[in-house]
Amino acid sequence: MNTLVSLQNVVKRYQRGKQSVEVLHGVNLTIEQGEFLALMGPSGSGKTTLLNLIAGLDQPTEGEVTVAGERIDRLSGGKLAKWRARHIGFVFQFYNLLPVLTAARNVEVPLLLTNLTSAKRKQNVRAVLELVGLADRATHKPSELSGGQQQRVSIARALVADPTLLVCDEPTGDLDRENAEEILKLLQMLNRDQGKTIIMVTHDPLAADHASRTLHVDKGRLIDAAVRSAA
Amino acid sequence: MKYFLLIWAGLWRKKTRTILTMLSIIVAFLLFGLLQGINQSINAGLGDSSNKRLWTTARVATYGSMPISLMDQILTVRGVRNVAHLSYFGGYFQDAKNDIPAYAINVESLAAVYPELNITAAQINAMKTTRTGALIGRPLAQKYGWKVGDKIPLGTTIWTKKDGTNTWAFDIIGIFDPKPEFANSPFVTTFWINYDYWDETRQSENHRVHQFSIQIDDPKQATAISSAIDKLFENSPDETRTQPENAAIAAQLKEFADIDFIANSIVGAVMFALLFVTASTMMQSVRERIPELAVLKTLGFSGGAVSALVLTESAILCLIAAIVGLLLASVSFRTVGSVFGAGAIPPVVVVEGLIVAVLLAVISGLPPALRAQRLNIVDALAER
Repeated sequence: MNTLVSLQNVVKRYQRGKQSVEVLHGVNLTIEQGEFLALMGPSGSGKTTLLNLIAGLDQPTEGEVTVAGERIDRLSGGKLAKWRARHIGFVFQFYNLLPVLTAARNVEVPLLLTNLTSAKRKQNVRAVLELVGLADRATHKPSELSGGQQQRVSIARALVADPTLLVCDEPTGDLDRENAEEILKLLQMLNRDQGKTIIMVTHDPLAADHASRTLHVDKGRLIDAAVRSAA
Repeated sequence: MKYFLLIWAGLWRKKTRTILTMLSIIVAFLLFGLLQGINQSINAGLGDSSNKRLWTTARVATYGSMPISLMDQILTVRGVRNVAHLSYFGGYFQDAKNDIPAYAINVESLAAVYPELNITAAQINAMKTTRTGALIGRPLAQKYGWKVGDKIPLGTTIWTKKDGTNTWAFDIIGIFDPKPEFANSPFVTTFWINYDYWDETRQSENHRVHQFSIQIDDPKQATAISSAIDKLFENSPDETRTQPENAAIAAQLKEFADIDFIANSIVGAVMFALLFVTASTMMQSVRERIPELAVLKTLGFSGGAVSALVLTESAILCLIAAIVGLLLASVSFRTVGSVFGAGAIPPVVVVEGLIVAVLLAVISGLPPALRAQRLNIVDALAER
């Protein structure tokens, strides 16, 4: 397998007023292409910070972050934005859809940054909405969709530009058990059938059971790594 | 163009707020168009030396009177083609608030100097044969529902008849239809009466007039002819002031107030206030959308792209509303501008308005655009 994500001695400190708070203490991590990795840990353990560094939303204070062969800790704001557009699909806990746009338009947003024609963009949007089972809800606005459906739209938006890595921050955190299970099965299917590499932050051990590997983060350190068989 | 939907959707995220802000901008630009239009029209009149008509008034005061005999001397000046004398009657119909701008004239000379009024030979004859005759334009007739044959009593606080009364009765002998290009002239809403009848019937100031309107052969000679006319009466008891017609109208308006100062002050104050309204709307709009803008950045939009979206949104808001405001101003100006002898808003005012709208958009859109550009994704998503 190829290494897709590599973190070497990554330290992250935040400045809170006059105090410097170290959130990650020299983290080393390797993620292979095609993995479905769950990052677990209590609140404030640093798992979301770790996810943000891998997704290029934040920069480490020290250390190296290499994703898809690129040292993203060296990229500046504009280059990092372009890199994200090309390599990262992000799924948020609270969906973060644009409320004024329909499901299809929300999914189309990442494609606006590409050179695809309007017709090709629409074709891709249709295909990815079908993949998440929401083709019949394309013209609905987020307020007209259930939480589970909104999260499916969010996953469709993350997938539409065919990213290298799917990054999910508590994707089932706002859903009931039934909807959560459907979303997790969808992620599992994307990993298994489409070969998508997925990193998922979660509190929920049942959600983590759907991943092929689970890592625990506590007080800014990776304390445990357990390879599990895919569900 | 592909980003338009994103911008348009952002603009209408809070419909009520956007509509109210647009209404503020529309009203401001309506005011801008009207005030600057009037101001520009007056200034254009003051600077216009290519008139085909001159106005001669008494030098001491615009509404001072001059002997009617000056007319014959003016006619002797080289380049003068026709001269008409006009005398202010004033007057009101039924109630003092129904102001009627009536002037006493000789109809033949009026028709010669103002061919745009389209006064017919039959109307000239009718005026000549009816001492109490009155000639009016179609707009005035329509306003009061007057028709040929009606007897119209006009009151006046200025002119008392020899019998001691102040109510003058006139018979409408004709209604003229001015040429379209003259439709906005105040002369089409003037109530024209016979000078001879009025002069013989009034108690005072007989054989005197308030103004000569002079038609000249060559508009390029306007300044030279004006000087020649005024020179004729230099150092006499009846010194004159002659100037091109548009300049004279503008100068009369300037006597009422410093319109330049008033127009610029009001427009400046309104635009200053508008800047805060628009800037605060844009700031609030961006503040409410911080998580959404952070999502766009997460998806790969650069800081510059996000700030460009905000700036474009501000520009669309300001420009659409400004264009509507300026359109409304140009429609309203057809009525308001006619008072100042102008038919349409000068194009320079529209151009100025659009420049002001762009400046407004940039100044009010820049702070929220910069905020959007500097947005830290992690903090914004965590709503810190």
